[in-house]
Amino acid sequence: MAGIEVTALHKRYPDGTIAVEHVDLSIGDGELFVMLGPSGCGKTTTLRAIAGLERQTTGDIRIGTTLVNDLPPAERDIAMVFQFYALYPHLRTRDNLAFPLRAEGLPKAEVRARVDEAARLMRLGPLLDRRPRRLSGGEQQRVALARALVRRPRAFLMDEPLTNLDAELRADMRTEIKHLQGQLGTTMVYVTHDQVEAMSLGHRIAILNRGRVEQIGTPLEVYDRPASLFCAAFIGSPPMNLMDVEVADGKLRSRGGLDLTPPPGLPRDRDLVAGVRPEALEVTAPGADRSIPARVVSAEWLGDEIIYVVDHGGQRDVRVRMAPTVRFATDTRVGLRHTGATPAIYDVRTEELVA
Amino acid sequence: MAVSVNEAVPASPVRDRTPPARRIGGGGRGRSVLEIALLTVLAVVMLFPVLWMIETSIKENRDVYAVPAKFVDFQVTLAHYRDVFVDPGGGRSALSVAFLNSVLVAGVSTVLATLLGVPAAWAYSRFALKAKKDQLFFILSTRFMPPVVVVIPIFLMYRQVGLIDTPLGLILIYTAFNLPFTIWMIKGFVDEVPAEYEDAAMLDGYTRLQAFRKFTLPLLVPGIAATAVFALIFSWNEFVFAIFLTSSDDVRTAPPAIAGLIGGTTVDWGLVAASSVVFALPVLVFAYLVRRHLVAGVTLGAVRR
Repeated sequence: MAGIEVTALHKRYPDGTIAVEHVDLSIGDGELFVMLGPSGCGKTTTLRAIAGLERQTTGDIRIGTTLVNDLPPAERDIAMVFQFYALYPHLRTRDNLAFPLRAEGLPKAEVRARVDEAARLMRLGPLLDRRPRRLSGGEQQRVALARALVRRPRAFLMDEPLTNLDAELRADMRTEIKHLQGQLGTTMVYVTHDQVEAMSLGHRIAILNRGRVEQIGTPLEVYDRPASLFCAAFIGSPPMNLMDVEVADGKLRSRGGLDLTPPPGLPRDRDLVAGVRPEALEVTAPGADRSIPARVVSAEWLGDEIIYVVDHGGQRDVRVRMAPTVRFATDTRVGLRHTGATPAIYDVRTEELVA
Repeated sequence: MAVSVNEAVPASPVRDRTPPARRIGGGGRGRSVLEIALLTVLAVVMLFPVLWMIETSIKENRDVYAVPAKFVDFQVTLAHYRDVFVDPGGGRSALSVAFLNSVLVAGVSTVLATLLGVPAAWAYSRFALKAKKDQLFFILSTRFMPPVVVVIPIFLMYRQVGLIDTPLGLILIYTAFNLPFTIWMIKGFVDEVPAEYEDAAMLDGYTRLQAFRKFTLPLLVPGIAATAVFALIFSWNEFVFAIFLTSSDDVRTAPPAIAGLIGGTTVDWGLVAASSVVFALPVLVFAYLVRRHLVAGVTLGAVRR
């Protein structure tokens, strides 16, 4: 087991595309580290550079204390799980698992013992004699995980391993991966574009955008204080409400007239945007204390909660998360107020968190 | 998406046999009678020349010219087939030499085009290259013009370097013409094979080339076979370059040799027909052997998922 250090990674393809602009990562030993971002943000390229499947243009990658820049993938002592599983189609499950071990030249007894252990861990017993095309998607992914396990690598690299599974199975596998990582204590780098996956799995999350790291933090840090407007819009479903705000008389007021709790040390001479989580707002009866007039545009009834979309004073489509017991009909006049702690404040020009 | 090329070739082809939603003259029965009639006419029109060729090839010369034409009541002879291979004066006939030349030229050029095309297709499919699309377009553009257009310049160039009337000259030109097709077609097949197989194999300790050879190549075999058959058929059938670039009987391939039988004072139609049958057979056999791969090749290579 080992930590992974990525320093000033830059990747430019021969056709001129810049996949990774500049990435620094410091992944701790035994950490489950998630790289999150939209497609084309450079997360997969970064992962493939760590694996050795891509050679970075500049920058250093260390696994443990070893500088692996010029090592081929096989000598980096890592295992990777792919989105399309990449099980060898002509081999039975058992041989798929044994393959990397045989390639290493381990003795037969050792290979068998390790395969059996991995099969037990991933509950593959009945599948051992089937070929990949006779396995379901979930089964194939479990075999792919087991094939990564048998290597006992220093780190696991996961490239969107759950994307091809249906929603229910995905949740199960998520739990399984998290459990497995905790049990083995092996460093894991997990790439995904699914923020729910990132939040529920990661010890820490790195949010990537356009080949740069926007923020690194624990799931709660990332959720509570997104470091940039991009992160604010990317994390959370529905995402943060971004409201133009101005500071006047020690108060922080949105353009729509909503009063927010001002954080200390706000810069005065810049255009600011407040990021307000839907659960930090409240829809009230019209004229309630500290509320401003608003109108319900639509309501999404999700069972355990209701997402209200409201307009107020020229500010459109503000999303508010409410308990399912609080019900307002569409198009009614209501009140809107801020109930949460101080919101995150961003500079409009730099798009970065200022307070 | 993790589908190998093999899987896309069903063991027993299952087809949707529902006729198109089209009504001619009302009832289903009337339509089927009409369909059968039309198809019969079509089949006769298409197959009659083939049938006539085969009949002519086994008729005595006097029956070939019989008026009215004899369809069934003629004397069967294999003399024309003997003449294809054996010279009347003894020894090998010029036609049999031409057939051997065809085998040599078509075979070698197909092998060359495949050997060069497969790695190129793999590279174009897997790697990010500078101006990749432009390169691929350029490669394809060599097939935009009809070959006839370049026959004269190539003739002049070949005369300069001494490739006129040599098997090597024909092999080179056929390889050059087959290569773009091979690259494009096989690239389609490589695109279908997930690159992750190679990635996984590289993590398991193989080099990139080993990973390609051990994991991707076996999955490409049906596609390569289909492509090679197309290339072979092109080289086998090619006429224009063959007639311009070769002149002696020792080098000439079958298409110009057979064409050369027509002309002069009398035409031995029996010999023409017999040599045409012999000429058509290898292609038929090959196409039949790889027919499943051909269908899979044509559709798989072309349809994006």
